[in-house]
Amino acid sequence: MRQLKRILISLGLIATLAACGERPPIESEQIGFRGTAMGTLNNPRLPQPDNSMPPALPAAASAGPKAGEIYQNVQVLGDLSVGEFTRTMTAITQWVAPEQGCGYCHNLQNLADDSMYTKVVSRRMLQMTQHVNQNWNDHVGGAGVNCYTCHRGNNVPEYIWFAADPAADRSSPYAGNLYGQNMASETAAYSSLPGDPMTRFLMGGYDDIRVIGKTASAQYEQNTIKDTEWTYALMMHMSDSLGVNCTFCHNSRAFSSWEESPPQRVKAWHGIRMVSGLNTEYLDPLQPVYPDNRLGPSGDAPKAYCSTCHQGQNKPLGGADMVSDYPKSMVGN
Amino acid sequence: MAEYQNIFTRIQVHGELDPGVPLEDKTWQRSGGVINYWAGKIGDAQIGPFYLGGLGLLSLLFGFIAFEIIGINMLASVGWDPIEFVRQLPWLALEPPAAEYGLGIPPLNEGGWWLLAGFFLTLSILLWWLRMYRRARALGMGTHVAWAFLAAIWLYLVLGLFRPLFLGTWAEAVPFGIFPHLDWTAAFSIRYGNLFYNPFHMLSIAFLYGSALLFAMHGATILATDRYGAHREIEQIVDRGTASERGALFWRWTMGFNASMESIHRWAWWFAVLCPLTGGIGILLTGTVVDNWYLWGVEHGLAPAYPTSWEPVSDPAMGGQ
Repeated sequence: MRQLKRILISLGLIATLAACGERPPIESEQIGFRGTAMGTLNNPRLPQPDNSMPPALPAAASAGPKAGEIYQNVQVLGDLSVGEFTRTMTAITQWVAPEQGCGYCHNLQNLADDSMYTKVVSRRMLQMTQHVNQNWNDHVGGAGVNCYTCHRGNNVPEYIWFAADPAADRSSPYAGNLYGQNMASETAAYSSLPGDPMTRFLMGGYDDIRVIGKTASAQYEQNTIKDTEWTYALMMHMSDSLGVNCTFCHNSRAFSSWEESPPQRVKAWHGIRMVSGLNTEYLDPLQPVYPDNRLGPSGDAPKAYCSTCHQGQNKPLGGADMVSDYPKSMVGN
Repeated sequence: MAEYQNIFTRIQVHGELDPGVPLEDKTWQRSGGVINYWAGKIGDAQIGPFYLGGLGLLSLLFGFIAFEIIGINMLASVGWDPIEFVRQLPWLALEPPAAEYGLGIPPLNEGGWWLLAGFFLTLSILLWWLRMYRRARALGMGTHVAWAFLAAIWLYLVLGLFRPLFLGTWAEAVPFGIFPHLDWTAAFSIRYGNLFYNPFHMLSIAFLYGSALLFAMHGATILATDRYGAHREIEQIVDRGTASERGALFWRWTMGFNASMESIHRWAWWFAVLCPLTGGIGILLTGTVVDNWYLWGVEHGLAPAYPTSWEPVSDPAMGGQ
């Protein structure tokens, strides 16, 4: 009886310990010079990402009248042939509102009507998609993006962010100042680092990300360790959203050195600027358009960060080509 | 038949409660003391007699004040919710003031509490140090324990007082908190270009690991020669017995050199003390003399250049790609 109890307690302890982390072995692949600890880590037992997407719709005739000539109030896709226009609308429905259908964005009595906020937002999202595909080749490369990159069949993309909830800070005015950190933060990979590095860096403030000393000898009046914690929090978000460790982009012996960094760091550099531009030019200005239930706790519009597209993979959807099937609508011109 | 071994013993040998040697300084009296079976399993079965004294009392009081300031701030930071306090405890912190305040005195909720907690904690630690020194003297002992403790206090003061003073801002000091001080440590190394290239950090690590190694070697040697009387270590310093002889010979056989029964304790003491001493120097130089230890390492031939296995890139902010 006593022995049984001991065995049960031991088993319980082992189970508790096992639940604390991912069991070894973790696959490690050497990506840099020997001895420099440059390696990528991968746990082969984690669920594999679902990279399936709705199949491309059959090509439509590019000849014939333009959508802008036949339909009213077609502001972005007016240059498409009517066939291609209908095909694009059908694809968007599959990507964004597969359950609700056309009526999610359109007044079905009058498809040209702009009274539904979802239609106004979709139009801006189309412009944003075209903007990314036209101007941010440095980040999205040949794969490009379409609605499905972020939406994955959801009305609202699963991974969006809002400015930190002021009500979440329950600290007293006299003691317990949290300084926006020191609470378990999902964004910062459950560290105690600042929980909202996005407002600081992904709304135009990306020039402040660099905190590491630029010279060997001391230069007083530079970035503090507190500043460093904000950058660190953003990096934890990036690492977490891409499912990679630091060495995917950095040589960890000298985080700031570009000369020793893997080329992915350049992609990420452009990505930070891209997402910051999308937030300030496209997503945040939509704030007045949204109903209250789509706004964040402090009344701000939903915004994008790395995980909005990446969703745990260093290439969204495994690097699938998102534009070749819909070049005119998703890239434009 | 029951046999006596000095650690894994099944029987415990003790006499009446031992009040210890007579005290010369009689300001406070030692009091109390119990025999505890479980304490006897891992050490001396006698707990106490206790000596608090003026220094001890003040130290505990100031330590309690610091502990309360930190704890109540943490509780205040979760809106006085005890459940949330327990859930978030590892993440909660009392942060030092922002850089804008420099070395000035900020409002209480913007770092003032941190300064107060630091003040009382420092006072408490220094008084406890004085107490250790005075108690050692009162027993006619050397003061080695107090000086070893002071080495740790040096590192504490460098982190929380000396380095912030040199840099002119309390913002550079460490927050009080479990995860937050660890995040601070990682951020510290990153901000200053990788502390592993700091030679004093290297020395500190060498002494840290060295201390563990020496402790293991010494502990193992004494246990292994215990059957020849090695637990009478101190006697064997002056009257080298067969245990000492065998232990010494073992190390000469296996690595050519042995420490003596006396010098092994000096080895251990210096390794332990040099760990925070060198570490403190390394921290004090960071930001005051060196801004980026990696670049410092490159300048001083410490950080070799390695080939990259990819097409090298350069800073896109400088027009590179």
